[in-house]
Order: sequence, then structure tokens, then C-alpha cells
Amino acid sequence: MASAATRFPQPGPAPIVETSWTAKDLLDTDTLSLAEINLILDQAGAMKDVRQRQGKLATLRGVAVVTLFYEQSTRTRASFEMAAKLLGADVVNLTASGSSVEKGETLIDTVRTLEAIGADLLVIRHGSSGAPYLAARNTSAGVINAGDGAHAHPTQALLDAFTLRENLGDLKGRRVAIVGDVLHSRVARSNIWALTALGCSVILCGPATLIPRTLEDGTEEGRYMVTDSIEEALDGADAVMALRMQRERQESGLIPSLRAYVRDYQVNSARLALARPGAIVMHPGPMNEGIEIAQDVAHGITSTIEEQVANGVAVRMAILYHMALARQRR
Amino acid sequence: MTGLTLFSGAHVIDPANGIDAKLDVLVDGPVIANVAAGIAADDARVVDATGLLLLPGFVDLHAHLREPGFEQKGTIETETAAALRGGFTTICAMPNTDPAPDDASTVEALKGRIGRDAHVRVFPIGCITRERAGLSLAELSELADAGCVAFSDDGHPVTSPRLFRNALAISRSLGIPISEHSDDPALSAGGVAHEGRVSERLGLRGYPAAAEINAVARNIELAEATGARLHLAHLSCARSVALVADARARGLNITSEVTPSHLFLTEDAIAGPGREPAYDTNARINPPLRTEEDRKALLAGINDGTIDAIATDHAPHATEDKLCEFDHAAPGISCFETAAATILTLIDRGELDPAAAWAALTINPVRAFGLQHRVPGLGTLSVGAPADLVLLASSEAWTVDPARFVSRGRNTPLGGITLTGHVRAVMASGKLWEMGANDD
Repeated sequence: MASAATRFPQPGPAPIVETSWTAKDLLDTDTLSLAEINLILDQAGAMKDVRQRQGKLATLRGVAVVTLFYEQSTRTRASFEMAAKLLGADVVNLTASGSSVEKGETLIDTVRTLEAIGADLLVIRHGSSGAPYLAARNTSAGVINAGDGAHAHPTQALLDAFTLRENLGDLKGRRVAIVGDVLHSRVARSNIWALTALGCSVILCGPATLIPRTLEDGTEEGRYMVTDSIEEALDGADAVMALRMQRERQESGLIPSLRAYVRDYQVNSARLALARPGAIVMHPGPMNEGIEIAQDVAHGITSTIEEQVANGVAVRMAILYHMALARQRR
Repeated sequence: MTGLTLFSGAHVIDPANGIDAKLDVLVDGPVIANVAAGIAADDARVVDATGLLLLPGFVDLHAHLREPGFEQKGTIETETAAALRGGFTTICAMPNTDPAPDDASTVEALKGRIGRDAHVRVFPIGCITRERAGLSLAELSELADAGCVAFSDDGHPVTSPRLFRNALAISRSLGIPISEHSDDPALSAGGVAHEGRVSERLGLRGYPAAAEINAVARNIELAEATGARLHLAHLSCARSVALVADARARGLNITSEVTPSHLFLTEDAIAGPGREPAYDTNARINPPLRTEEDRKALLAGINDGTIDAIATDHAPHATEDKLCEFDHAAPGISCFETAAATILTLIDRGELDPAAAWAALTINPVRAFGLQHRVPGLGTLSVGAPADLVLLASSEAWTVDPARFVSRGRNTPLGGITLTGHVRAVMASGKLWEMGANDD
């Protein structure tokens, strides 16, 4: 991590540091190069070190970060806010209930207003897939997708990748099983692109009604596959990620019951025994303990669930840092 | 000056009369006077049509004019001007207006507006159910007497099979076809894109093919049971085409249509060509753009005559209806001004058989709705037919610029796309409109 440490800025006004990050926005992991992913992960490692040594920094003093959340969130919003404040940025938090359309103000008007107010970076969560793309096309501020519909959640994927790398080292050839409601999961989608770029094999697993059917023959170097068999998914896995099971999936008839889901797809110790010894257990949160993940597994010795949350702050610091610098250079 | 106009040297195509040759066309006032080689008419205004295709004006079974009720999206005046520019001289107006034409008084009011403002011939389509709510039947006999050429609830399928069967039975006795948007909302509700590769990749709620296919099957069965004239609006799935072919093989008088959009585009139009998904709201349409396999089946359906008509489903929207999140975008494409060029491009690529395509834009839609009984000769260049015709420059390439649309709706996924073929001039009821060479 030496090279990353040398890139890390000293406290004070944001210095202009050469980085290889040039993109205005971070909307998904599918357009990131391996170099960009590694840049963020290396930078996050440095952020984590420095944070432990120095606490709050002033690197992004004068940079205005606005979080604009059209959907509820605890960890992602708090994580972004913490990350921005630890870098010395000014943070404005906005929440909007329902869609921008129903509110009467369009998303485009909102982002243009925020840009006029002085926002440098917009962190957007929205219930409609693609909404941050619309926002990004209509503002010169940098847009970070903090989760859009069932589409993408790139910062979650990057923090998952960071956590995997910290625990497993080089990810080339590692098997990561993602279990649950893959079809509606933005976390799963962004993880596919980030983890396969890092050389992982990704196995997506869930009930037949909740796994994508057309990704099965996906040929993105053949490094992900889809299965409805949890035994197949966990067999030899280096890491197992359980996804949140939404209660409304039962109501809409996609699964017979939560009981059936637990029976067939819960990540529990018996199933975890199929994975590699010491395989890590992950969850993007918020968890339904006892539903998609057994309590003893969620809090077991190889669980990284709390680590993921802590790493999320460091990864978002790295992202905010590089995006703020890229904006200053524009 | 007499009322004579001579179009000389055109490549004349008149599918109804089996004409496909270099000929002259003489128009006398509002009617076709002669189609022959070397017509001499010294006192006629001569239009040199050398190098151009000359066809009967196009007939559209499915258009949305938005008036009354949604004039911010379009009016009878603006949208019939767009139709004219696109070569459509007869259009059938879908009833999704406010108020909806569900009795004689609303149709009479609509006809008054059409008489005052329309640039082309407009036939109203009346509702199947009161306020298109799907709960009770509209005043069907009143609507027939008031001049409605078909019944439809447009984008609202009649979900109750019993009510739909009753509507078919009554429509049969009135001699009026029913144009049905075949969809099972129990499967498609909430869907915004074809359920498949693109919807799963982009995290969009899926609109499965089975929602249309099931409804097509139901509607064919009920049409057979009642003996009614059923017209299936804007088919989008390969299986739907197969069901129609099967029904026709059994001797059923089922007609159907497909839009230029579904013939030209697939679900990929939503994602766009870039590395980053476009979430192009202008590619959101009901039924959704589907797979390449579906598109090929729809093309084959036109080429082999299984699908009768190419209908635009012209659906203008205001800018803000599309400049929003994909989930919230209004479905529909402003199609009049790109339809002919889209078809010409597909012909140029060898994907559409020209004879079949031209029939699907002229005589076939006329017959599907029985319009020849209302206006004799409509959709043909027969002597005495209305002087409705379109002149096309078939190899002229141009780039679609929605800002230059006459339609109030600039909502097209074809913006920036280069098409081959252009409408050069249109004659509607004997009045000539020249579009000039395209200046792109």
C-alpha cells in the first residue's frame, strides 16, 4: 500500500494531486477500469490508515457535498456524511419522500438548483433505476450513485471488494456466492461488474422467481453464473454474501413464504460448511437475522458484516476525494 | 388555370390495383382522373415527379391527436399537420382524450373540431366502454351512427372477458370492428420495459411477452365465438404473429397492425449505444420494444401478409412527460414524421418487402376498418378515388432532428439517427403540399 500512502494528501486545503481518476460521475461499476477500481481500493486503504492515526482531515475544505435521498437509508447516507465530514467537506442532507415527479419538482430542476447553490458533489439515491444518470446528464456537479432502483449501488460494491481484498488478499480466482433476491438487487448487479473485473468468479443464487434469467448466458468473460441451488453456489466459495429478503416478495407471490425462503435459501452454518474453510460471510445490510442469514453465522468468527460498514466510510472517503479533485481539475 | 395537376414520370405504386411502373398521374380537383403512361394534359399544372415514388396517401389506423384534453401534448391542428408531413392523408384517432368519445355528443364535438382544424382526413374511433374504464359498455350504436370507424379503449385493454365478449357481439351487429390493445395487466402491471435481457440488466420492471400473447389468444377465441371483426392493435411479439397466422389459417377474419417503431427498434434502444446505459425515455412505449427475434417475426408478418397494416401509434408528449425518470416517463413515440423514412430504410436494408409494406400503409388498413365503404377508392389510385397521394424520394438520406418536427411531440428515440428516404410532397384531397428537398 506504499504507493497509495504516498498519494494520500496532507491535512490542509485540498492539494492538486495527480491521480488517474478523471470521470465526472460514479454511476455504476460496469464502466470502471481495473485501474480505477484499484485506485479507489488503494486510496481507501490509505484513508483507513490515516483516519486511525489522525482522525478528521481538512482535505476537502470548501467542497460542498449534498446527499439527495429519495429513498430511506441509514447506513449509506450516514456513511457518506461521515466520509465527507472526515475529509473536512461541507455536507447538506436532503431527503425527498416519493418521487420528484409526484412532488412537483423534477429531478432535473432539483439538481440544477443544488448546483446553483454551490454543490460540488451530489450523492443521489433514488427508487427509479437510471435516475442518477438523468441527474448526471443535467449538472456539472459530480454525481455519485448511492443506489438507484434495482439497478446499481457502486459504492456498496467497492466497499465489498475492499472488504474481500482485506480478508482474502488477491481476488483473482476467488469464488464469491451472492444469495437471495438477486433480481431486485442493485448490490448484486454492481458487485458482478466490480468483482469480475478483479478476477473473481461470482455465483448468483436465489429462488427461481428472484434470479435474473437472461444473465445466465452472460459472457462477460464467463466469470459469473446463475443458479437456484444454494448448495451449488456455496460449494468451495471463498466468500458468501446474503442479500436482504424483502417481506413484500412474499406478498406478491414471488416466494411461498419467509419460512420457505429460510428452508431453501438461508445462509446457515450447515450450508456454510460447503464453502472453503474460513470463508467470509458478508451482508450489505440491513439484515433480517434469522431470515436470509442465521444469527450464529451473521455474528460468527468469519463474519465481516460490521467491517463492511466501517470500510464503507473509508471507501466513500476515497471516492469523494478523487471525485472532488477531478472536479477541481475540470 | 384548371383544377388539373399532372404528376409526370413517377414510379407509381398502387398496391390495390397491382400497379408498379413508371407512369403519369392526372388529378382533377379532389379526385384521381387518370393513371397511365404519357398522359397529355396541356392545361394541367405539371409536377415533375421523375425519380420519385408516387403512392396513395398513407392510411393510419392508430394515432393519438390529444385533443380534447391534452393540448399541451398536441392538437388536431398540429398533429394532422405532422401526419401530412409524414405522408398520411387519412388517420384514425384513438379515443384516449378527455372527454373520451363514448357517446354521440362527444363524437359530434370532436367532428366539429376535426372539420375546423384538420389538415388530413380524420376518422374518429369510439370507446368500447364508458370513459374507457372497462366497467360498462359505451353507447356503441350511437357511436356507430355518429361515424366512428372502430371501437377501442386504446391503451386500456378490456380486462373482463365477459364484457369484451359482449362488446364484440354488439360490434358485430353494428358492422364495426373492435381494435384491441391486447394486454393482460395481471402480468404486465408496473412493467416499463420488455421483460428480458435489457430490463434485467438495467433494473427496470419487466413487461413480459406473455402479457400480450395471452391476451391475443383470449381475444381471438372471443372473436371466433362471436363472429365479430377483431383488429389487434400494435403487435409486438413473435408468438402473437403466430397466433394471428393460426387464426387466419382457420378462416377467421382477424386483422392486425404493427408500428414502424417495433419493426425498426428493439429493447436495446432503451440502453442506447453507449457504454453507459441511456435509459432513453423516448424508447418507452406500450407495448414495449422487444427482442430482435420478435422484430424479425414482425417483419416476416408484414412480408407474408399475416399482419395487415403498419400503424404509427403516433403518441406526442410534452417535453416534461419524457424528461424524467424512466419509471415515470409517459409511454409513446411521436411517429408521423419518421414513419415513412423508417419503412423506406427497412426496404433499403432488404428487411421489408416493398410491395407488402406499401400495401400495409395504403389499401390494407382501408380494408381492415372497411373505410372503402365510407370513401370509395380510399387507399388507391383508382379513377375517381380521392386525390390523396404521397411522393417519396426513396434514397435521400437525412438525420432525424426532433426539434424540426411539426408535431408538438418531439419524443422520438430516432433523434440523430440517419434514415434513408424522405417524403417530398403530399397531396391531400387535391391540395398539394411540397416539402421540398430535405435540407439536412
